[in-house]
Amino acid sequence: MSWKVWLPLFLFAGFLGLAAYQLTQPKDDFVESRMVGEALPYFDLPPATGGVEGAATTDFQDGTPKLLNIWASWCLPCIAEAPQLERLKEAGVPIVGIAIRDRPEDVAQFLARHGNPYSRIARDDLSEVQLAIGSSGVPETFVIDGRGYIRYQHIGDIREDDVATLLGELEAAR
Amino acid sequence: MIAELGHAALWLAAALAALQMASGFLALRAAEGSEIAALVRPSAIVQGALASFSFAMLLWLFAVTDLSVKLVAANSHSLKPLVFKLSGTWGNHEGSMLLWVTVMSLAGALIALIERRLPDRTMNATLGAQGLVALGFYAFLILSSNPFERLPVPAPEGLGLNPLLQDIGLAFHPPTLYMGYVGLSVAFSFAVGALLTRQVTPDFASAMRPWVLGAWVFLTLGIVAGSYWAYYELGWGGWWFWDPVENASLMPWLAATALLHSTSVLASRDALRVWTIMLGVVAFSMSMVGTFLVRSGILTSVHAFAVDPERGTFILILLGLFIGGALLLFALRANTISEGQRFNATSREGALVFNNVMLSAILAIVLLGTLYPLLTEAFDVRVSVGPPYFNPVGAIFAVPMFAIMAIGPLLRWRQDRVERIRPELSLFAALVLVALIGFGIVANVAILPLLGLALGIGLAVASFLPLRGRSLKRVPLATWGMVVAHFGIAVALLGMASESAFSREKLAAIEPGQTTQVGPWSVTLSDVVPVAGPNWTALEGRLSASYDGSEPVALTPQSRRFWAPPQQTTESALSTRWNGQLYAVIGDRSPDGRWQLRLWWKPFVTLIWYGGLLVALGGALALVGRVITDVRRRRIAARIVERRSDREALA
Repeated sequence: MSWKVWLPLFLFAGFLGLAAYQLTQPKDDFVESRMVGEALPYFDLPPATGGVEGAATTDFQDGTPKLLNIWASWCLPCIAEAPQLERLKEAGVPIVGIAIRDRPEDVAQFLARHGNPYSRIARDDLSEVQLAIGSSGVPETFVIDGRGYIRYQHIGDIREDDVATLLGELEAAR
Repeated sequence: MIAELGHAALWLAAALAALQMASGFLALRAAEGSEIAALVRPSAIVQGALASFSFAMLLWLFAVTDLSVKLVAANSHSLKPLVFKLSGTWGNHEGSMLLWVTVMSLAGALIALIERRLPDRTMNATLGAQGLVALGFYAFLILSSNPFERLPVPAPEGLGLNPLLQDIGLAFHPPTLYMGYVGLSVAFSFAVGALLTRQVTPDFASAMRPWVLGAWVFLTLGIVAGSYWAYYELGWGGWWFWDPVENASLMPWLAATALLHSTSVLASRDALRVWTIMLGVVAFSMSMVGTFLVRSGILTSVHAFAVDPERGTFILILLGLFIGGALLLFALRANTISEGQRFNATSREGALVFNNVMLSAILAIVLLGTLYPLLTEAFDVRVSVGPPYFNPVGAIFAVPMFAIMAIGPLLRWRQDRVERIRPELSLFAALVLVALIGFGIVANVAILPLLGLALGIGLAVASFLPLRGRSLKRVPLATWGMVVAHFGIAVALLGMASESAFSREKLAAIEPGQTTQVGPWSVTLSDVVPVAGPNWTALEGRLSASYDGSEPVALTPQSRRFWAPPQQTTESALSTRWNGQLYAVIGDRSPDGRWQLRLWWKPFVTLIWYGGLLVALGGALALVGRVITDVRRRRIAARIVERRSDREALA
């Protein structure tokens, strides 16, 4: 009985230490994809609106690295990253967009208002492709190399500082 | 002005808590009947009054939607119905913490007013401990979560309350749960007081018992209400998700259940002294640990409170002080408190100890499962612990517990023989066996629900066996309470097992006019129409559902859009029959014009909550019984004193 009465206190001290340690850790809510380094999963999606082309896995196997941008017209950070996507397009980067759970008329309106940096825009009404490549939100941008392998994942909107990083990753994927 | 009055009352209440603590602990060292001891009770009473006043002021601010107060602007909206304005008072971090200290100080005031059984020194130490705990929470409120903070410029309109919380069930769920959590603080203070004075006696247990019972009844009600709310409001079709916040309410309940039973042993048999004290400390510690886990945001939960690491640190320090202090005191003093009366393993005490150990084991399992993600995250591994862990591992201890629960109340105190209760044992075993064979082989039910069904049936009958051969009119109310509560557990167990064994689910995409089947129901989608409420618009599915070809009933599940704050919620529609519930949720419209419908047929699912209510009713009966006995005893004692003084006067 003598030493056992100290047991609760020691257990509690352990909990206290663990909790104190966890409190000091920054909360990281980004979920990184486990698909980085893997081949792009198979998909073949219809166009998201009139006047654009849909996208399929085979489009990524033509030898040129591309960006795969997961976005939606209802997503506010996507508006914020539109100018950066425009700059990447001007730098000669082909960008394939996948519109998540979107409506054709909304997509058309978004493109009219914020510009169209995309070479293709596909619609993913059930988030199938999004889930398959391990993206947990919009917007997210993936660097895909010329053989169709996922090389890099960028979570959240693309800021000005991120443009150089993405260009570097595209260069490395060549 | 109102906000300032409330704020001032809060400071004054904190000051009185400090006085209560200081005088309570100083009185321990002072001589008998010293002046300092006379301060303890009044300061507890005035503190209770001030805290209630402060809370009333916050209620008032929410009722009139005073948008110059930050908390009101952030959590209310002028367009909200009045009842949700009022419930918005505790639907946020600051307000709910104010409610917490209000309940805590009211409990302290109540002990100070009515509790006369304990020796003065223990009483003062208890109130001192209560003052210390309250002071910590006042400091937390005033320094880091001031509910009365003003905005520099009043907001033009409030941000509104989370629509999920705009529900009548939720208006009453937090207050009941808090009364439970905080009621346990009284048991905690009693335990600390008794440790300080080393006076762990049956009297101490009888004084503590009504508080534990009361807290336990409220906890039970709070958990039942919360579970039902999650069931119909979240639209996921489940009634328990092993979410950290749910576990935070379950853990104190498990500890309080164990405490309740060991208090009974201590009160009637003067045994299990150290164990009871330990549980008294653990029960409230579980309330505080739960609060910490939820409010600090170190665990991810569907119940997103405004998360703030600074607050987390504050609560963690309070935890360290209170729980650490109490456990240290326990370690230092436990060896000087004798174990009390001995008893035989085959006895009422033996059964109660066995179930206490099982309850503690389940508590440890839930605690481990809740904290495990925290532990692995320290090593950069993210896991989520869910039903595949909790259900089977919990069952390992729950199954023997239910079996002993059926038998224990039939045993005599101190020493008994199994042979004496052989007929009852055989009846229980036969019922369980028949149910096992019936459901297992004939209906092919999975193992966990099968055990639940069999034990539920056995326990439902066995819980009434303590009444056999007794004149029902003369059975004490507390015994009725036990019978009803045990029967309630059996009923809830049957509901859980039946839901898990026999539920039918259907995910259908149908056009208006089409019909789909789920279990014995055929459900027709007649139409989908837009409807509007006070602060939302919705698409409402018009369903007509017919049970086994009988007269159809109308069901109207909605997909609601609130505009303050903008959020979409699903309102499930339920059709309740005596033998179960049909549960319908309407989803999105697919591009080809069909509507997604999610339907469940859940046989006897309502038994879960009816059982929970019976458990609470049993607790309430026992509480009333104990209080009546106590009042009677006091009257008799008073009469004896009166007679003695009469006799002395005559002489």
